[in-house]
Formats: sequence, C-alpha cells, structure tokens
Amino acid sequence: MQVPDDLRYTPDHEWLRVDGDEAVIGITEFAAGELGDVVFVELPAAGTRLDAAQAFGVIESVKTASDLYAPAAGEVVALNEALADRPELVNDDPYGEGWMIRVRLDDPAAVAGSDRLMDPAAYRSLLEAD
Amino acid sequence: MTYGPHTTDDRARMLGALGIDSVDTLFGDIPAELRAGGLDLPPALDELSLARRLEDLSRRNRVDLVSFLGAGAYRHHIPATVDQILSRGEFYTSYTPYQPEISQGTLQTIYEYQSLIAELTGLDVVSASHYDGAAATAEAALMSVRATRRERVLISRALHSHYRAATRTYFEGGRLQLEELPTLADGTTDLAALERELADAERPVAGVVLGQPNAFGILEPMAEAARLAHAAGALFVAAVEPVSLAILAPPGEYGADICVGEGQALGIALQYGGPYLGLLAARADLVRQVPGRLVGRTTDVDGRRAYVMTLRAREQDIRRDKAASNICTNQALCALAATVYLATLGPHGLHDVAALGAARAAELELALAEIGIARVHSGAYLNEFAVRVPDARRAHAELLERGFLGGLLLGDWYPDDPGLTDALLLCATEITTADEIDRFRDAMTEVIS
Repeated sequence: MQVPDDLRYTPDHEWLRVDGDEAVIGITEFAAGELGDVVFVELPAAGTRLDAAQAFGVIESVKTASDLYAPAAGEVVALNEALADRPELVNDDPYGEGWMIRVRLDDPAAVAGSDRLMDPAAYRSLLEAD
Repeated sequence: MTYGPHTTDDRARMLGALGIDSVDTLFGDIPAELRAGGLDLPPALDELSLARRLEDLSRRNRVDLVSFLGAGAYRHHIPATVDQILSRGEFYTSYTPYQPEISQGTLQTIYEYQSLIAELTGLDVVSASHYDGAAATAEAALMSVRATRRERVLISRALHSHYRAATRTYFEGGRLQLEELPTLADGTTDLAALERELADAERPVAGVVLGQPNAFGILEPMAEAARLAHAAGALFVAAVEPVSLAILAPPGEYGADICVGEGQALGIALQYGGPYLGLLAARADLVRQVPGRLVGRTTDVDGRRAYVMTLRAREQDIRRDKAASNICTNQALCALAATVYLATLGPHGLHDVAALGAARAAELELALAEIGIARVHSGAYLNEFAVRVPDARRAHAELLERGFLGGLLLGDWYPDDPGLTDALLLCATEITTADEIDRFRDAMTEVIS
C-alpha cells in the first residue's frame, strides 16, 4: 500500500499535495481499493469556495457512493476533467492521474500545523490500526 | 380463506417476546390526542351483496357523456392488445422486484419503454417512469438545479396548473426559488419577460420550463425559448403531450435538455385521476441527474443479452440524502401500457391519431364560430383550444344536463385572470365524431341563447 512521503492525509482518506499557495487533492490508494471500481466522480465547478472538511464532491463505485471532503479551505481553481471519461484513473493511479481538484489555499502556512491533516507516518499508523 | 396475517396466538407470542401486554403499548410515545380512534366500519358484506353495492355505486358515474374535456388527460382509442398483455399475471400482479435482475421480462419491457420514449422525444436517456406528468415536471426542475448548481427556476404560467402546483410543493421550505413567467394575448409565454428574468446576473436561472402544447392548447415558440435559456446558461425543460410528438418537432430537435410529460394518452384509460405515467427524458450528459430507476442492456458471462438496473448509485438506498430523487420506484404497469400502445400503433398509426385529433379540433372551432363562439387566444393550436362563452360556469352546467362534458372552466385554474373567467378549454381527439361536434354546437346554441 503506497503512502507517498510528500503528501498530507485526512482521516477520511483524502490526500493533499501542497504546491506553493495551491494544493492538489485526491483520495488514497487505500480508499480507492476499499471503494472498488470507481465509475463516476462528481466534482465542484472551478471558482467554488470550500471550507476545511466541507463535502466537495461524490465518488461512486460499483459498490457505493461516498462524499469527498476538503482537506483544507480554499477556492477550486481546476478539476481533473479526464475523470469524466476515465473515472478508473482513481483506481489505477490515485496519487497521479487520478487527482481530483486543485485548490488555491486560503492559508498555505496553516497546512503544516493543521489538526486535521496527518503526515505520512500518522496516516500509515491509521491504516495499520484499521 | 383468512386475510389476517397474524392469529391471536401469533400476536400473543410476539407481545410476550417484547414483554408488553398490548399492541397499543408500542404507540405509547405518541400523545393520545394524535392517535386515531377505532375505525367505524359497517359490518362485512358477503360477496354477492358486495358486488351489488359496488354496482349501485358505479351507476353514479356518468359514462354516457360526450366529452370535449382534455386539459392534460385525453380520451383515445386503446387497442385490445394493450389490455390483453397488461392482464397477464406476470405483469399485472407483480410489484417492483427486489432482486430485479431475476425478472428479465419486466426489465426488458422497461428497457423497451425507455427506447420508445427516447425515439419519440429525440433525447438520449429515459427514466423507467414516474408517478405522473406533474411529478416528472417537478423532478426535471430539480434536475436543472443540480446540473447548473443554481437555485432559481422559471416556469411558464401557461404550464398545466397541476404541474406548477406540484413543482411549487417540491420547492417549498428550502433555498430554491420558483417564479412564473407571464403570457401574451396570443396564449404563448412572454419571451421578452423570459429574456429580462434571464438577464438578472445576481440571480442566475437553473432551468426554464414551458409546456408544448401549453395549458391553453397553444403551441409555444420552443426553439426560441431554448435558445434564450441556453444563452444564459440555464437548462430548457419541455413539458409535452406525447401523442403530439407524432406531428410536432421532437424536443431533442429544438434544444430541450430535459423533456417531461404525462403519458396517460399512450394507451392508459381515463379512470378518475389515475394511475398515470410520468415521462422523463434527458440528454446523455445529464444521466447522473436523472431521478428514479434506469434499466440498461448488457451481456451476461455467457455473452447472452441481459437487462439490468443501471447507475444505481444515483438512488436513495445507496446515496441517501444526496440521491437524485427521494423516489426510486416507477409506474411499471402504466409504462408497459404505453409500450404496447406505441408498439401496436407504430409511428404511422400515432401520426394518424395526432392528425385526426387536430382535424377534429379544427372542425370544432369552425362549428362553434358559426354560432358566434370565438377562441380566446390567437396563437396556433393542435387539438385543444379555449373559447369565450357568456356565463361559462352556467353554460358548462347546462351542457352537462344535456349530456355534454363541455371542457374545463379555465377560470378555476386562473382565478385572478379576468380574461379567463368565461373561458372553456375544449379538446377533440381521434374518437370525437363529426356528429358529436354538430350536436355539441346545437346544445351550445340552446345554452347561450
């Protein structure tokens, strides 16, 4: 199970990759595996404002549908349009081509000190505890 | 044969397991004044007495009337094939199967229904059906809200009164806004008013809903309304009468994103208000927002054709509060009636039904013009139109005494519009005869003299 070292993680199994004052958001390999084959990802429009922990979309698999939660507050600046035709990218490459949205962070500096976001070691422990 | 599922012993055992002494104890948390008292029912009747009682009651129905009433529910000839297939036990007695794929026959009829309605409307995907045209219209308005992430829907005042009322109910109590568009003297929706409302950048519009034909029987400028809606980023919803689609342009052709309608005219008898059939079709890219059930065709592991419930994750048993609709049942038997009706008539037969109705309505208009009764609106119509009759309510009652159902009193739908106080909405279909039209004209002559 991959848990890349350059990402931060939520307890709901979203990941966040900080890139200057922006961040890319997706779901973890563990989450994608639990969901099974992803058939649809509903994402917010560019320009949507998100609060931390706010539901920003829905991911549907052949088994279930789950909400997606924003790891940090910000404004959506881009979404992964490739997922509309190829939702399976979430299963195939959850940390790469399966990314979901890019957000301009309200407070990039706060990400490091966020209570909600875990470092890779903490997330690995969470998975092991499960 | 007993119809009671539980014996006294059964109930005593269950109460014992629960450790209570009566069923009423289960309802103890509900305040006494909110609980129903005992049911005051007459003694049970034997079968013979019951049949006599029902026959007596049925004699109070007026089935002798010559009808010129339409207003959203239409009399058509129903071929014998419809009832013959509907009354097969496999279809007639079954409820939505809980393990649907085991009922391939049921799923196949729903799939065929969806395919026929897709062809009729010129749109890509069709739901497995809804309760009625009003429910389908309200669902389409909500679809436009979800698809655009906007909160304001514009609905024509000339849309069927029940459809507007149902949509208003669906929009109550939340953040959504529903506003009505005015109409012009010709009976069409005021597109200048539509353009003004769409231009309000502070309150962007999710969807625009127009009827075709509308509640006055008038044909709306659908293509232009669709163009205006799309230019403002809104979806366009066409609420159609399905038989008319054999003559009129299919909604997919004039840019409707969603098409809804009342399917009763497709082989479902008029029977005191229902059950009816809600049609809903949409463009393929809106499929995730389509409410209710969808049946798809696939192949099984052995490569055989098979039918399945598809895109189930839109539905409430999986997606809970974020489901596309709070309803995920359908009107399978009525949808089957529509399927058999359309398959029996075929495109040419349906065209004949629509064209004959339009011809009969034109004859009706001419017959009434002979006695000085003129139309209310100047716009084009298909098989239904409004006329102005002096003291319309009294005239309607006197026509009834003479054996004629003289259409709908439009004043009941538009009590605040003085221009419609004396308006009767009249309809003709392929079963209206020239003789009936002549007799109606003569009766009307007596009534208004």
